[in-house]
Amino acid sequence: MNATVVAEKPLVELRKAGKRYGNVIALRDVSLQVSAGEVMCVLGDNGAGKSTLIKIIAGLHQNTEGEYLVEGEEVRFGSPREALNRGIATVYQDLAVAPLMPVWRNFFLGSEKTKGWGPFKRLDVDFMRKTAKQELLDMGIDLRDVDQPIGTLSGGERQCVAIARAVYFGAKVLILDEPTAALGVKQSGVVLRYIVQARDRGLGVIFITHNPHHAYPVGDRFLLLKRGQSIGYYEKSEITLEELTGLMAGGAELEQLVHELREAGTSTDTVRVIRDEIEGDGAAGVGRVTVTEAVDIRGLSEDRE
Amino acid sequence: MSVETVTETRDERVASTNWFVRFFTKPEAGATTAAVVLAILFAVVAPQFSRPESIATILYGASTVGIMAVGVSLLMIGGEVDLSAGVGVISSALSASLFMYWFGGNVWVGALIGLVFALAVGFINGWLLTKTKLSSFIITLATFFMLTGLNLGVTRALTGGVSAPSVANWPGFESAAAVFASDIPIFGVNVKITVFYWILLVIVATWILQRTKVGNWIFSSGGAPDAARAVGVPVVKTKIGLYMGVGFCAWLLGMHQLFAFKTVQSGEGIGNEFLYIIAAVVGGCLMTGGYGSAIGGAIGALIYGMALKGVVYAEWNPDWLKFFLGAMLLGATVLNFTLQRRAARGGKK
Repeated sequence: MNATVVAEKPLVELRKAGKRYGNVIALRDVSLQVSAGEVMCVLGDNGAGKSTLIKIIAGLHQNTEGEYLVEGEEVRFGSPREALNRGIATVYQDLAVAPLMPVWRNFFLGSEKTKGWGPFKRLDVDFMRKTAKQELLDMGIDLRDVDQPIGTLSGGERQCVAIARAVYFGAKVLILDEPTAALGVKQSGVVLRYIVQARDRGLGVIFITHNPHHAYPVGDRFLLLKRGQSIGYYEKSEITLEELTGLMAGGAELEQLVHELREAGTSTDTVRVIRDEIEGDGAAGVGRVTVTEAVDIRGLSEDRE
Repeated sequence: MSVETVTETRDERVASTNWFVRFFTKPEAGATTAAVVLAILFAVVAPQFSRPESIATILYGASTVGIMAVGVSLLMIGGEVDLSAGVGVISSALSASLFMYWFGGNVWVGALIGLVFALAVGFINGWLLTKTKLSSFIITLATFFMLTGLNLGVTRALTGGVSAPSVANWPGFESAAAVFASDIPIFGVNVKITVFYWILLVIVATWILQRTKVGNWIFSSGGAPDAARAVGVPVVKTKIGLYMGVGFCAWLLGMHQLFAFKTVQSGEGIGNEFLYIIAAVVGGCLMTGGYGSAIGGAIGALIYGMALKGVVYAEWNPDWLKFFLGAMLLGATVLNFTLQRRAARGGKK
């Protein structure tokens, strides 16, 4: 299933990129690459430099050191629009949509389709309604009514509308900024499924998260950031979920946490029950992702097909 | 609540096809209800209220607020307010009239100067807002006071008095008066031309909001400016454009006042900005932006017009008008809010 279309040149590549704000070094010596049909996960705790990294790739900021290449060609984006024109779309966690506007208006926001001429140039409402509904259906979201305000959708669905929108408008690379951070377990599963779907459609995905359990099942490569620096860059074959989690939390801290949880009486049995429930949930379709213990996550993608 | 039988629709899960929900999810719903109630009330207590001449007078009163309410409604949907709108009307008229007084020439040149001035005020409001990133309340409060001072100061410096001299003797006055301040007979009743400008503006604004790219930009600039910017909506241009739209409306109304009354009092217009805001809010425009309609603002203005004249026809004490307007604002806002929430939940309690 990971029939990765190996392009000659990665869609997006950073080489030893860095960013300074005056004398504050927000990011230093970070390299990553993502090709079509791959998911590149960027992991890090709060303040690790994830936001700065996305902002560079998305064209909101420029790197002050190193190189930023798109399809092998060095670039310096002046605005998000320029990045968008090169097929790099960003889906932000909190500001993806205008909540009071209908779904279809949100879907086409900023890239409205019009018909007619001169002063009679108008929105092609029928086309936009139909397209939005169809595109969302293709992503597996069956909306009752595309005229409902997008604020009435769940957090996961809203993220998915934003993802579907980026895919529809010809994104080659999708940057997802903490798409699962504010979501519940089930909703996170839904979003993870769309990440896989976007990957299977041949997009390069850069998935930013602080949750290794969300990153591991979908990622092909992992970049770990801490205090603005890379503390590790791994292919999936080189690392296990436990190691990833360990690196994220800092091994000793995690041991402490596990110990504390055990003290607090969290039994593995309860956790297993929850795990099984999630696995059994066809709609979420994520399989075993949320539980560290006894989850052989590496076999996941083969299982599902 | 009884169980609703789902009628045949495009999608069987859409139960929101009952009229209550469809009507009350529209922004202007509460105002429409209030307007109907008010019209019936006045028609009952004051027989004079429903005579054609009275209706023409009411519409004229409503149009002088309504023309501005169109621009202010769009601006409010775009997430901003304009406190300088009331004084802006007078500034536009004064700049036209004083230009003619000082330089002479055709009134149409004066009208053009007035337009340029009104649009420039709008541009400066919008530009300052987007540059300083201060709230529009502060920016337009500042321009409101500056314009108030400018109106009085420049008028006194140029003419020695507090009002601009009459424009009736300048060349082109007849044609300008015909365009901006004439009566149009309809079924034997003279209706002021501003009523037609008002209706035209509402139609154009509704078209822009519902059926153009710019409309989408206005809603998103008000509702979620950061999201809008992130997907490539020119938020800054949209907001500046909205302020210039208010400027245009101010010019149109300013020209009407100039050519209807021939002279302009430099101290007028103060406080009117609140009438425009009341009209927009009563009409269902959300103070925080992202929601509302131009028709709503128009109905808000109509309510004002009916209240203003209805009190006179009913021979009530007009001292209470302002109290009534304030209560109306409060009532309409609460009504809108509850009805919308109810409708959004599918008509259930």
